[in-house]
Amino acid sequence: MPIPHRKFDALIIGAGGAGLNAALRLASADLRVAVVSKVFPTRSHTVAAQGGVNAALANVLPDDWHWHMFDTVKGSDYLGDQDAIEYMCREAIPTVYELEHAGVPFSRIDDGRIYQRAFGGQSQNFGGDQAARTCAAADRTGHAILHTLYQQNVRARTHFFDEYFAIDLIRDEEGAILGALVLEIETGETLIIEAKATLLATGGHGQVFRTTTNAFINTGDGMAMALRAGVPLMDMEFYQFHPTGVAGKGMLITEGARGEGGYLINGDGERFMERYAPRALDLASRDVVARSMVTEIREGRGAGPDKDHVMLRLDHLGADVVHRRLPGITDICRVFLGIDPAEQPIPVFPTAHYAMGGIPTDRYARVVAPARHGPEEIVPGLYAAGECACVSVHGANRLGGNSLLDILVFGRAAGTDILDYVAENPNHRPMREADIEPALTRLGRWDRTGEGESVAAVKADLRKLMEDHCGVFRDDATMAEGVEKLKALRERVEHVRLKDQSRTFNTARIEALELDNLVDVGMATLMSAYHRQESRGAHSRVDYPERDDEQWMKHSLYARDGDSMDYKPVRTKPLTVESFPPKARVY
Amino acid sequence: MQITVYRYHPEQDNKPRMQTYEVEEQPGMMLREALLAIKAQDETFAFRHSCGEGVCGSDAINVNGGNKLACITPVSELKRPIQVRPLPGRPVIRDLVVDMTQFYEQYRNVQPYLIRKEPLPEQEIRQSPEDRDKLDGLYECIMCGACSTACPSFWWNPEKFHGPQALLASWRFLADSRDQATEERLDALEGPYKLFRCHTIMNCVEVCPKGLNPTRAIGKIKDLMLEKSI
Repeated sequence: MPIPHRKFDALIIGAGGAGLNAALRLASADLRVAVVSKVFPTRSHTVAAQGGVNAALANVLPDDWHWHMFDTVKGSDYLGDQDAIEYMCREAIPTVYELEHAGVPFSRIDDGRIYQRAFGGQSQNFGGDQAARTCAAADRTGHAILHTLYQQNVRARTHFFDEYFAIDLIRDEEGAILGALVLEIETGETLIIEAKATLLATGGHGQVFRTTTNAFINTGDGMAMALRAGVPLMDMEFYQFHPTGVAGKGMLITEGARGEGGYLINGDGERFMERYAPRALDLASRDVVARSMVTEIREGRGAGPDKDHVMLRLDHLGADVVHRRLPGITDICRVFLGIDPAEQPIPVFPTAHYAMGGIPTDRYARVVAPARHGPEEIVPGLYAAGECACVSVHGANRLGGNSLLDILVFGRAAGTDILDYVAENPNHRPMREADIEPALTRLGRWDRTGEGESVAAVKADLRKLMEDHCGVFRDDATMAEGVEKLKALRERVEHVRLKDQSRTFNTARIEALELDNLVDVGMATLMSAYHRQESRGAHSRVDYPERDDEQWMKHSLYARDGDSMDYKPVRTKPLTVESFPPKARVY
Repeated sequence: MQITVYRYHPEQDNKPRMQTYEVEEQPGMMLREALLAIKAQDETFAFRHSCGEGVCGSDAINVNGGNKLACITPVSELKRPIQVRPLPGRPVIRDLVVDMTQFYEQYRNVQPYLIRKEPLPEQEIRQSPEDRDKLDGLYECIMCGACSTACPSFWWNPEKFHGPQALLASWRFLADSRDQATEERLDALEGPYKLFRCHTIMNCVEVCPKGLNPTRAIGKIKDLMLEKSI
């Protein structure tokens, strides 16, 4: 039976903050826009973001977008592209106001303006006193933003395909993207969505690590789709381990907990960040804090019977601050640890959290890839925004509060550019049967029956492998072994079989398709890390402990074809201001 | 530990059945992890879940007769034998997966978005901390559906009665000092069903995994209607 086709002006894959902000822009301009999401939109992982979104509103302390830009460039360990960073920090201010107008229930200060809290890596005046730049709705900012964006899309009558899984992009001979093959999870039926422009907004891939703050759905689907469509992934070695995941469990404890005055202690009760970041202390950049914690534990000063974590203290802040400013954290501690964080410290350990890398784009969210005329040629009809994309605004390390900002600013930028693109390209490009073939092959592969390993077994091994071979501290031997093991694991996937071949809401089939994605992004991460012989931001090499700007101030590009690596220069020239040259990074 | 789960596969089963699995209980284990352990034994078992920490609202289910969020329900607190069923009153798609279309439809029916008529300021719309506090207990809803599917009025009239979740959302906007559509919102709730089918049975309050109180929100809407009608 032929597969039905539906045509839209724009297709958005993923219904988190980036996808929904783009959709809102397009639907409000009366474009026909389809949003495909494998979960109901408000279940997307943006919902779990806690602490807030950065914008130099100066509501609580003096601030300036230029200071925000400096902090972001420094936080990126000078790997971020300064044109994109300038754009994001300028746009942050109108973006947050726009969200507020849309209904986000931000917390407030006495004069009725938006509450802002201190977060890591924030300074006034280019490295001076601590700033307070993170706009917060208690510690449920992601939830507040995602629900508001969904609500506004209801108003704008966006067309949602809820619980549809994107199998692969469809691409023509010239490399233009024509839409995607998707699977309706409830019925198991396939559908081809043709679109003049397609936006990947599928989020991160934390599920590739065993212990992660990420949800079950964060399997790198968009990144892997891009890889299979011949687009390389950029800077994948830079994976952020959030300092404060609940030890052994992974639930996120927001950096806002330290922003409100919380601090870390080791097993001896010592406030150890004094030794690693004498000025910024517990509000140093996340990479710095995570390394300091692991160093304390490695040197035998961990807490608990196995000395395998450290403690986050909030009890000195008083129940009023903790329960009022951090109600979500209070819930998590009560439910998962049986403690009240206003009374007892929280056991924490650096936990896989966020991909700085992803699908390379420019600051209009257009996907760019190396081609005949240089390293940044536009892939026609393809956009990416949010965690799955790499603009790059986070470089080698993302600042807290900049991820919600990234999804909103570049989700909107994508929407704006798609409006222009669709105006200039008013017709759908023709789609041939042969263009659909690769996506059907990928789906059909899972129809193979017979004896074989289970998806769950291979996935568990993959997650353990990534944790063991690509963690906070890395070295050549460990990663070389990891690469070999991962290549062997990739072979094993060929022999995995689905026992459940039914159609109706077959979650086993979805998990199998996700496993393919995890293996591809896992390889991108490990290969990129193995090849970068320096330490920068979140990528810490024991065997190359220094940053090497001479050789390595460049972006990595991993291509699936032949597992090959390529590189391209960092954009050090901002749009209107002076460039921030690389300096030693001290907090 | 033994867990008995509701199984129904429309391609294979004429009617639903209950199936018991043996799962190794771990310290601090949540029900979601126990369901995942079942899934590891038997990949044909289907249920929704995602964040694992009670914010995405995917895994509301019925356990021993009460609606709960699996990921924040410790198995140690559950009476044995543990019986897990899909949310009541909704058509079952497969196993624990139910069709929530009508629930979402009712949410969309209450204009669940801020409506502002005056021109927007260049900066934020000011809101005092006291006015912002009025949204606490309302905006945190995760749309898991535990409340509406525990509500007898919603079971009988899911196409006419908005149900506790949608009405909580309605009050969330009525209570927002920034919203400027009070009249339309109240007018739209007139009639015997949309709002007034609530008989304050309060199942919604009992089951809400986030500790929210839709019954109180419904009462506030009724109070405001009364106030406006005088």
